[in-house]
Amino acid sequence: MTSFKEVFETYRWEQVKEEIYSKRPIDVELALSKNVRDLEDYKALVSPAGSEYLEDMVRLSQQETLRRFGKTIQLFAPMYLSNECQNICTYCGFSLNNKIKRKTLTKNEILKEGECLKDKGFKHILLVTGEANNIVDVDYFISAIKLIRPHFDNISLEVQPLDEVEYRKLISHGIHSVLVYQETYNETDYKKHHPKGKKSNFYYRLDTPDRLGRAGIHKIGLGVLIGLEDWRVDSFFVALHLEYLERTYWKTKFTISFPRLRPFSGGLPPKVEMNERELVQQIAAYRLFNNEVELSLSTRETQHFRNHAFKLGVTSMSAGSKTNPGGYAVEKQSLEQFEISDERGTSEISQLLINNGYEPVWKDWDKVFDDAYKS
Amino acid sequence: MKKLVIRGKEFNSRLFLGSGKFSSNKLMERAVNASESELVTVALKRIDTNAKYDGMLTALKNENIDLLPNTSGARNAEEAVFAAELAREALQTNWIKLEIHPDPKYLMPDAIESLKATEDLVKKGFVVMPYIHADPVLCKRLEEVGAATVMPLGSPIGSNQGLKTIDFLKIIIEQSNVPVIVDAGIGAPSDAALAMELGADAVLINTAIAVSKKPVLMAEAFKLAVKSGRMAYEAKIAESSRLANNSSPLTSFLYD
Repeated sequence: MTSFKEVFETYRWEQVKEEIYSKRPIDVELALSKNVRDLEDYKALVSPAGSEYLEDMVRLSQQETLRRFGKTIQLFAPMYLSNECQNICTYCGFSLNNKIKRKTLTKNEILKEGECLKDKGFKHILLVTGEANNIVDVDYFISAIKLIRPHFDNISLEVQPLDEVEYRKLISHGIHSVLVYQETYNETDYKKHHPKGKKSNFYYRLDTPDRLGRAGIHKIGLGVLIGLEDWRVDSFFVALHLEYLERTYWKTKFTISFPRLRPFSGGLPPKVEMNERELVQQIAAYRLFNNEVELSLSTRETQHFRNHAFKLGVTSMSAGSKTNPGGYAVEKQSLEQFEISDERGTSEISQLLINNGYEPVWKDWDKVFDDAYKS
Repeated sequence: MKKLVIRGKEFNSRLFLGSGKFSSNKLMERAVNASESELVTVALKRIDTNAKYDGMLTALKNENIDLLPNTSGARNAEEAVFAAELAREALQTNWIKLEIHPDPKYLMPDAIESLKATEDLVKKGFVVMPYIHADPVLCKRLEEVGAATVMPLGSPIGSNQGLKTIDFLKIIIEQSNVPVIVDAGIGAPSDAALAMELGADAVLINTAIAVSKKPVLMAEAFKLAVKSGRMAYEAKIAESSRLANNSSPLTSFLYD
């Protein structure tokens, strides 16, 4: 049995950082001139030297994305099921020590929220919770999936890391993808930001994509929370993780998100700021490193940024997102996990794509391919 | 030009189209019309079989066009068979383009699962058109279990690399008793013309048209290339020779 931990332990954070920061213009030019790029090229592309080649990077990134995905953007919506959480994460609105009203959706409420999202046209849905194993456990997820499945073609999950057998169970009930972000690949920093709860176990989280891969999931979501640590170094580890996973679980697809820390009530400001120019560099670097990986653009970003950035390399977007349980229909006023920035509704985003000559894709999966169809 | 016949159905056009990656369904519709294609493949996963209105299906509603549903998304024979059955019910056609690519990166077709699924689907009454590697033995095996055509790849799907498998395509065309449709990888009209000159019965194009700057114009370019390639094949291209024809041959004295 292989695991990413073995690969990960052969790298040292400080050394990777030094290598990235010592990349020169010639390294970037070399990376740009290649058809197939490796991890050394990736370091050059995310380096400060790489930022001088932003226009070239973006042009290539757009080309590669068009060839592989065409002029299409997939639309999906998150549905927050619960904000209960037993973890302390210094940057998160759901953190245990935040005095907020806790809520977990009941069956009726899940149906109500689902109906609202279905009416907006969504066919791909992402179920999100905090980490509270005694309240939102596998049985809760299964009952939610059973309720939702008749109304949506594709269900993804963004919840606490689970065991392999639990993933197998969820897959057999029709889960298509699972997103588990490492937050940061810097172990020391990770422990600082996650002092308490199950989440404080760095290696259990790091091993999650392996457990998903072994369970035979269709798609795995990777990423770091930008702002916790140096994004150039952190994203190198995402690329490393992706490369390992693609080789090991060759039937699985991958998607990367690049959320930047957003303010929430009572939270800490980001330690490392990433500006929009750097975010564009990040998107292009992921795309040039891997032509096939899906890249997802968050509603955390501003309207102006999203109006332009969706054409540069990403393949999916959320629209009209609510980050509080019940936010669509049940309890519109409750406290959010983070403040979204692009508050436009679904039809506006869809129109934005169409006006720019892009086809909004609502459905790119069919239940017939799910394991649950066979049983 | 000879008409292409697949399972008794005649086609005037030897150009088949894919419907993905277009910037709008309207543009796809215009490109399909410009191509004069009569067979367009649609991914089951992209269409909403429950809805009263589906943008893609509406755009392809045309008496000159037959829909060829495909099983893209299937990772094994079992999933592909389920998808084919669902497509048959939803689109009222027993034609199916069999696509089984468990590898989401290069979308390489799975030979073993494709053979299994073809055998099963043929028994269930489908007209099966499997997308496969340019593997001559696999093509014969598929023919034996009742595939209506074989659809070997020129190069990886969507790669626009052209006919990287040309030497194997030649063998497949030479040996095949069912129509050979070169699918995947064709990047330019010249690639399509070359495939037709070699004797391929048809080609299937998607990315090269959908992703070009002017898809409608490119669709027409492919239409002409496919026609010209086929005409050249039927006219029999003069054999090329490495040797020059000397006007005063050295052996002419023998005939003095």
